[in-house]
Amino acid sequence: MERDDIIEYSLDAHHSEEAGVKIRKKIIFVTVLLTVITIVEVVLGALIKQDSAAWPVVKWSFIIMTLFKAGYIVLVFMHLGDERKALKYSILVPYFIFIIYLIFILLVEGTAVGETLRIYGS
Amino acid sequence: MAGHATKEIDAKTLWGGKISPFSTSYGKLMMWFFLVSDALTFGGLLVSYGFTRHDYLGSWPIGEETFNSMPFLGSGYPLLYVALMTFILIVSSVTMVLAVEAGHRMDKKGVIKWMIATIIGGFFFVGSQAWEWSHFIHGSKFGKVELADGSLAIVKGTFGEIENFRVEEAGSHHKKGDVITEDLMHEYQHAVALGHVENGFIHLHDGSKAKIAKKANEDLQLVVKEKGGKYAIGSVIEGDEAIAMYEGIVNSGEAGRVVYGANLQQNEYGPQQYGQFFFFITGFHGFHVFSGVIINIIILFGVLRGVYHKRGHYEMVEKTGLYWHFVDLVWVFVFTFFYLV
Repeated sequence: MERDDIIEYSLDAHHSEEAGVKIRKKIIFVTVLLTVITIVEVVLGALIKQDSAAWPVVKWSFIIMTLFKAGYIVLVFMHLGDERKALKYSILVPYFIFIIYLIFILLVEGTAVGETLRIYGS
Repeated sequence: MAGHATKEIDAKTLWGGKISPFSTSYGKLMMWFFLVSDALTFGGLLVSYGFTRHDYLGSWPIGEETFNSMPFLGSGYPLLYVALMTFILIVSSVTMVLAVEAGHRMDKKGVIKWMIATIIGGFFFVGSQAWEWSHFIHGSKFGKVELADGSLAIVKGTFGEIENFRVEEAGSHHKKGDVITEDLMHEYQHAVALGHVENGFIHLHDGSKAKIAKKANEDLQLVVKEKGGKYAIGSVIEGDEAIAMYEGIVNSGEAGRVVYGANLQQNEYGPQQYGQFFFFITGFHGFHVFSGVIINIIILFGVLRGVYHKRGHYEMVEKTGLYWHFVDLVWVFVFTFFYLV
């Protein structure tokens, strides 16, 4: 049944053969990128031990590489990059505000609790 | 993709609540909101993991030491198997995005092909996780030991193979002089954990007592993970001292001084919470993968029956695709924060 009171947004997503070739190229590029990042992570993890002086740098590069991977998955694979700005930011902004706050407060608190237990015994 | 700008919309539709400010259908928008809430759940789990980890600092287990085994190949491959699992999941995410792309071209055959590939990848991942759990639960050959001063240490080195048990005192099942050659490792670990091994003798279930024929352990290292009275966290006991200490504990006949593998109460890798977080986080993620595979299969049936082709668009594939990519996204974070860092 055709309904003229609903706008069928899903039809807007259709694209032609030629556009498809371009999109597939991008998908392959992202695949290679994600794989290379994962390999780099494993090699770094195997080579540099957690007690070495370079570890803090490696740890932060792991976190940055992870955010890179996550960004590509969300923006390209999940097509959030192609959606309207309003949708993009109503997904990303609330999440980031909350999660950054949560990470900050719990890691600081975790260190403090650990310190307290070490000093006063558990 | 920007088709919406070309569409004429009259004022009544525009202001009557029928147009989406996001230019997205109701279903897709709801999927996004669900994913945000689910991402907060996983975020909460990973952050509470971080909380506990910061609480323990030095005594927390290190990923590449705990997870260094491959199926059929044994140990010595730090994180390779987890990396392989990550790769499988990324590839299945790629095949999913290719299915969505085929859907946008109304290419039914393409959608079917790529969705089947995605489902296979998903099953591979779930299977790998099952193997990993089994390996984590059974643990290493040495286990974790409690030293005389109450410190807890993990043990590294080469395990001397157990050859047989020779029964010296008969029980209800075994006769004197019997040589047992089956299920040795399992019996041995079970007996050690219960304190049923004493000075090279093992007390078996049926009440018999047998002499253990075992090659010597070599290159032992005891790495202290939790402080007792004497040893600091991270200190390593090596050489003959380590061997004497380990053999002493194993042959002490005291229960609970050696822990093998993992359960929710204790594990050989580190603090109790480590095992709990492992089971909860990877379990919750594995459950998502499993349900994702089931949803993919249901949608695949829809595609095969031509439901979406008749509808004129493959948005259902896109929506399940969103869920599937989300599962991949979560794993990227679990991989970093549970295994790598």
